[in-house]
Amino acid sequence: QHLPALTALSPFPEFPYFIHIHAMKVKVLSRNPDDYVRETKLDIQRVPRNYDPSLHPFEVPREYTRALNATKLERVFAKPFLASLDGHRDGVNCMAKHPKSLSTMLSGSCDGEVVWNLTKRECVRTLQAHEGFVRGMVVRFCGTSFFTVGDDKTIKQWKMETPGYGEEEEPLNTILGKSVFTSIDHHQKEGVFVTCGQQVDIWDEQRSSPIRSFSWGVDSFSCVRFNPVETELLASCASDRSIVLYDMREATPLKKVIMNMRSNTLCWNPMEAYNFTCSNEDYNLYTYDMRYLDKPFTVHMDHVSAVLDVDYSPTGKEFVSASFDKTIRIFPKDSGHSREVYHTKRMQHVISIKWSSDNKYILSASDEMNIRLWKANAAEKLGLLAPREKAAVNYSQKLKEKFQHHPQIRRISHHRHLPKSIYSQTKELRVMKEARRRKERNVRKHSKPGSMPVVTEKEKHVVTVVK
Amino acid sequence: EAIKHCAPITPSALIKTKKQLKNLQHNQSTLETPLTRKETEKIQREVAFEKTSKEVSRWQSVVLQNQKAEQLVFPLNQEPSGPKRIEHVVAGWKAQTPLEQEIFSLLRMNKQPLHDPVLTPTEEASLRAMSLEEAKIRRAELQKTRVLQSYYEAKAKRGKKIKSKKYHRVQKKVMRKEYLKQFDEMVKTDPAAALEELKKMELSRMKERMSLKHQNSGKWAKSKAIMAKYDDGARKAMQKQLEVNKDLTQKLVIPADEDEEDEEESAETLPDFVNDVEPILDQVNPWMRGKLSTEPMMEESNRLDPPVWPREVGKPGEGQDEQEEDEEQMEETEEESLLRGFEERRKLRQTEDYNSFSIQTPDGKKAEILEISDYDEEAVEISDDDEEAGLSNFTSLFHGLVNHMEPPADQPKAGPGLRQGESPALLEEGLVRVRTLEDVELLSQDISTSDTALLTTQILGTEETDTQSATQQADKKRKKMIDPNEVLTKEAKVIEMPLAPTAVEDVEDKEEQRVIIKEAFAGDDVVSDFLKDKRKQEEAGRPKVIDLTLPGWGEWGGLGLQPSRSKRKRFRVKVAPPPPRQDQKLPNIIIAEKRDSSIAAHQVCQLPFPFEKPIQFERTIRSPVGRTWNTQNAVQKITAPKVVTQLGAIIEPIAREDLIKDNRQAVTGPSINLESDQGPQKKRRSQQKKQHKRKKN
Repeated sequence: QHLPALTALSPFPEFPYFIHIHAMKVKVLSRNPDDYVRETKLDIQRVPRNYDPSLHPFEVPREYTRALNATKLERVFAKPFLASLDGHRDGVNCMAKHPKSLSTMLSGSCDGEVVWNLTKRECVRTLQAHEGFVRGMVVRFCGTSFFTVGDDKTIKQWKMETPGYGEEEEPLNTILGKSVFTSIDHHQKEGVFVTCGQQVDIWDEQRSSPIRSFSWGVDSFSCVRFNPVETELLASCASDRSIVLYDMREATPLKKVIMNMRSNTLCWNPMEAYNFTCSNEDYNLYTYDMRYLDKPFTVHMDHVSAVLDVDYSPTGKEFVSASFDKTIRIFPKDSGHSREVYHTKRMQHVISIKWSSDNKYILSASDEMNIRLWKANAAEKLGLLAPREKAAVNYSQKLKEKFQHHPQIRRISHHRHLPKSIYSQTKELRVMKEARRRKERNVRKHSKPGSMPVVTEKEKHVVTVVK
Repeated sequence: EAIKHCAPITPSALIKTKKQLKNLQHNQSTLETPLTRKETEKIQREVAFEKTSKEVSRWQSVVLQNQKAEQLVFPLNQEPSGPKRIEHVVAGWKAQTPLEQEIFSLLRMNKQPLHDPVLTPTEEASLRAMSLEEAKIRRAELQKTRVLQSYYEAKAKRGKKIKSKKYHRVQKKVMRKEYLKQFDEMVKTDPAAALEELKKMELSRMKERMSLKHQNSGKWAKSKAIMAKYDDGARKAMQKQLEVNKDLTQKLVIPADEDEEDEEESAETLPDFVNDVEPILDQVNPWMRGKLSTEPMMEESNRLDPPVWPREVGKPGEGQDEQEEDEEQMEETEEESLLRGFEERRKLRQTEDYNSFSIQTPDGKKAEILEISDYDEEAVEISDDDEEAGLSNFTSLFHGLVNHMEPPADQPKAGPGLRQGESPALLEEGLVRVRTLEDVELLSQDISTSDTALLTTQILGTEETDTQSATQQADKKRKKMIDPNEVLTKEAKVIEMPLAPTAVEDVEDKEEQRVIIKEAFAGDDVVSDFLKDKRKQEEAGRPKVIDLTLPGWGEWGGLGLQPSRSKRKRFRVKVAPPPPRQDQKLPNIIIAEKRDSSIAAHQVCQLPFPFEKPIQFERTIRSPVGRTWNTQNAVQKITAPKVVTQLGAIIEPIAREDLIKDNRQAVTGPSINLESDQGPQKKRRSQQKKQHKRKKN
């Protein structure tokens, strides 16, 4: 504050601080250079801060602007599609994650070949596993071998290592079954695996006949999954529109719930032992608590065609679904609508989907012989982040969260492009739904009070629970 | 059985078999048919389901915990990074060279662990005994206790340094009171222990008496002894002192019969009316009951130190006596407590009715109040001093005392003193509060009549002026509006007349009428209010003339000097008039034109879901998160993401071991967070709120 005055006084305005008068002591402003000089030029300039709120006014508008910019940038940088892995000569029917290696992935196609893919985006190994479709595949928990089932009624165990030069590509084990197997899953810790087809069979790896078979008046199952947490529990989807629960230790199945339409696949939540989500033919996904099967606790709607596959993120907070409508959608596990939709022009019906076990990528396998690699968070920057970058990302994330209800930000962050067909279909479905609702309302209005009970959306889709 | 016994046939065995056969023949009932396979399976399934769902439910707490967690870091159970011991990495390793073998044989001889378990079993166990989490918790606890201790010490030190005698006196009193309270409790809950306690008190009193107090060895006494030669007063004081000493030391002689002694003591120390049931003089005014507590004190003081230790501040000799006075005071209060104790005991013995208890407690409180109200300021000061108020029960006690004190202190003010000379608004309150007694009712009648009259006149007056001004202004505006005066204010005149006479006539329904009048007149104002409002809005919307005149330039400037008129004229900028208001021709409508559509697009129009009140939502918006407003640490804490995953780390499904560990944690209790709970940040926020009252929406 004294500076202007001093400058004015000094005869040499170039040296405002330096006033030296003989025989008179003048106090001069002096600073310790340590406070403002950085040691190397790579250091960040030290900025002394004064947090007095009166010096930093308009905090809300400023942060709002930042949030708006962050939201816009997020949409700008949202480029989820990473790579397409091609090499199959038929539609890809199933995939499997490697439990120990992130860079390894297995895929089975409709002409019976199994292809390995690496994050170098190249096929490492090809083998003719089955004649006809490869229906299911799973890697053993230790990652040293894997199992495949196919339309030729066999279960085959293969070594994970590539056979050496001159060695023949042969399975370790082959089990010949009586009927076609449609799905396979492996126990989390023990040498036990489960297959399904006409019945649900539990196999010991050392034996050629199942150690236990479950059937409950159903003749075909489409999917069976071990619970990754409570490892003795199983769930399966059957063709009679039911989902059946089993305990490996019991002689009988536990319970089943019959829904309006058939469930295609299901996936257990890897962090919550009792929750699972099933993908249904009626365009929806349903998340159930296995203890209360009488109604799903969330109905996830958004797809406009049958949902074919579902996989949870390893954090258990979200899941991804693949649909016949040629899109992939990501749902938060407790929200009714998707937070993200992925599609490309060339991607056809998506048959199989997997969320990578480091929570960063999504792999989708579709009809048109390609496997696609997506980012799980569309706008995320991949690779290592500098600490400041990380802080900036966190801050903008927080801002977006804080101002998420503001109309502009909401509009921008929720905007997604959809192919025209899907868009029109969505609209059509909306109209249909509205019409149905209106009709129901009218019927209720004109019928005896109490004769038309209100059925919630959750209750609508469950027919019955069979004990 | 029959067949078994058949070899040696005896008549008894025969009879037995016959009986059995008969029984079988008689027994008509058949076994139940086994359940069908379907049903048995159903039952099996149900049982199995119950079992598994119970098993699965164990995860509930973990799941909830993870849902509520501020931050989840995946993979969940990360092993500490860094190099591992070679023994853990290399599995099948054997000593091969002779040197190695020698070393291992040595180790084996000394019972040291060999390659695989690097630690001895005991060491391993001790390591396992405390996990990292537990260790953290333990450390936090220890830290907390240490901090508490240091706080306490610092506080004690500070308290010790305080020179104010009053403070110490109050402090002691508070402590004593606390002690007494505990004692009271004990009397109720555990009389035997209370007796023990009493004995202890007695003992301590005796010790006190045995000590050299009130003798001639104190500082004060010594000075008096010197003065005694010349000063008669000093001599007298000395004598008094010695007398007191004698008195006190005499009490050491304890007669065999305790009851007698008690009675004696009570006769000595207590005035008669202590044992009486409290006379209910005035239920309303608790201060009327104050006689009991104040008088014994006065008596005591009279007895102990009539003129010698003057109590008033500013009297001569006060400076010297202060210390002694303090001591004396202490002793006095001790005596009080003792007296109370004795009284208590007597009550216990005689098992009198509950009334006697009720005497004791209120007057004790009052005594406290009387004294402490003087030291109120000090108390407040002290409480200000204490930053760690939560830690010290002393301060809380003080607060409690002050709070206790307040209602009775308020009452006399609100009582009769108020009625004479205060504003009518407060008067009305008084009316509402005090209406139990007849005379009060009479008073209230008077007041209410006068009050209502006043009120009505007032209201009428204001109303009249209002309407007048309204009409005047409306006249002015007539050119603009379509005669809003005629349309709107006509009803207003109709209600002008009534109700004042009725208010005077009716005595009983006064209250109701007053309410009615109020309502009526309140309604009457609406029209003129509206007009005023509208005019105000119009005024606000009108552009203001901008004055850009700067003093000085081209003329003299300074205090009391106005820039010249011509200059002012030159620098006055007239703004173009805004477009005409939308409600210009609508007399009974105000259309707000403040709303800016460009801003409205950015504003939230509906309260978002989880919030219940707009205030909650606004609060979340108002607090900034950025680095500009918060310290580095605070920002880090605020912006920490909910889920953290590591690039390239495989996240395994949650394992059963986690469940077991989590359960154990739940048993030991949640971890203690000593990280100051964003203390500075909160403070900052509150400051901000005070300083800025900007709202986003």
